[in-house]
Amino acid sequence: MIPTLLAVYRRELTSYFQTPLAYVFLAVFAVSAPAFTFHVGRFFDTNRADLAPMFDWMPWLLVILMPALAMRSWAEERDRGTLEFLMALPIPLWASTLGKFLAAWSVAAAALVLTWPLWIAVNYLGSPDNAAIATGYIGALFLAGGYLAVGQALSATTSNQVVAFVLGCGAAFLLTMAGLPLVLSGLGEGAPAWLTEFIAGLSALEHYNGFRFGVIGLPDLVYFIGLIAASLSCAGVLVAERRGGGR
Amino acid sequence: MLEARRLIKNFGTHRAVDDISFTLERGEVLGFLGPNGAGKTTTMRMLAGCLEPDSGSARIANYDCVAQRIEAQSRLGFLPEGAPAYPAMTPRGFVKFGLRARGFDTAAVARATDLALDRVRLGEASDQPIGTLSKGFKRRAALAAAIAHDPAVLILDEPTDGLDPNQKDGVRTLIRDMAPEKAIIISTHILEEVPAVCSRAMVVARGKILFDGSPHSLAERGRDHTVESAFRDLTLDRPDIRESVV
Repeated sequence: MIPTLLAVYRRELTSYFQTPLAYVFLAVFAVSAPAFTFHVGRFFDTNRADLAPMFDWMPWLLVILMPALAMRSWAEERDRGTLEFLMALPIPLWASTLGKFLAAWSVAAAALVLTWPLWIAVNYLGSPDNAAIATGYIGALFLAGGYLAVGQALSATTSNQVVAFVLGCGAAFLLTMAGLPLVLSGLGEGAPAWLTEFIAGLSALEHYNGFRFGVIGLPDLVYFIGLIAASLSCAGVLVAERRGGGR
Repeated sequence: MLEARRLIKNFGTHRAVDDISFTLERGEVLGFLGPNGAGKTTTMRMLAGCLEPDSGSARIANYDCVAQRIEAQSRLGFLPEGAPAYPAMTPRGFVKFGLRARGFDTAAVARATDLALDRVRLGEASDQPIGTLSKGFKRRAALAAAIAHDPAVLILDEPTDGLDPNQKDGVRTLIRDMAPEKAIIISTHILEEVPAVCSRAMVVARGKILFDGSPHSLAERGRDHTVESAFRDLTLDRPDIRESVV
């Protein structure tokens, strides 16, 4: 089954670069990440040589950009009719789903690699904790993976890429916001503690924070791997449902 | 080689396929005919494993198209309605993707791709993005992907739609060449194609089989002994069918 998975991965990855999508995405990311770091994160005002301002704002950048990468995965197949071609191939659905996800995740990883000038800059300006920076990148990669997987599941619900993008942004935004005091306090004082804890536990931001501060926690890894696995399973179920023809 | 047994498919309250059963052996070319909305495409999609029947079963090379989908689809070449293909890919890349997904190794992919592109006569268009090709070339690219792995069963949904007369002739010749080794189903609205290519004709309407026999015996049923008149007589002169066609 690995050759099958690789065939889908290869086609998907190639397709990103056969259209302007990957180039536009990488260019926007390469410009936005430093812009957030220097202007929004006020890098020079912190008087610290580290990438904390970039990792602080990374979730909000990913909330917009990951759904843009994920929106086409299934919606485009449905819109162009190629889903029928794909479904007639002797490919297990998990291979199609995982192949599509890994291809999009590779583009996201390439986008993160493009922020290397910032890493060079902070090492030039001082002596940052490079181990913490490395865990920050790992956290950003998992966060991107989580948003991508959710976006791909939502892409399987529609044949319209714009709808898939809006749904993906909304879901990623909610996942990010869930742990913020604004949301938790909005539940009201009467909300049971277990509910507040449960909603906080759903927050991608909460689990990303550990990576930001140089800690790779098992619960955080389990959260992101679980989020990716559950979302890809949902995408698989939604696509498989097409075989039922609306039964 | 291919068996449809009491296939039924509903979409909401509409019954698209209503108890269709037939078998197809190697060497047979079945012309699947019927007015729009007759259930041809739905039946073909169920045979191709793209759609699951509500009841009944479809088998390819004795493998169930639902329970043993991967095995059944490994022995199947399918040209879906409209010949969908990835516009940014070249026909060569498209055919290669299908073969790689079927587990062919690098050498076999290159060999089978060249052969398939040659058989559908794509020529220089093989290396141009599919999105830039004419409808006829696009359809031939999808046809190349359907035949490249040399499947035992071919299901072709309107393979000559949108082709010019020379291209149609090329596809018909290709189907005739492949016929002795395969079981082939083609759906078409071009009725002249039936006696030219098919060894067997099946007319469906409202999801039911109205006729199953040789093209010659189909023509014999027509008022002026042509397939066209027989098709009209079968599908238009019945009030229940006319209602669904009009």
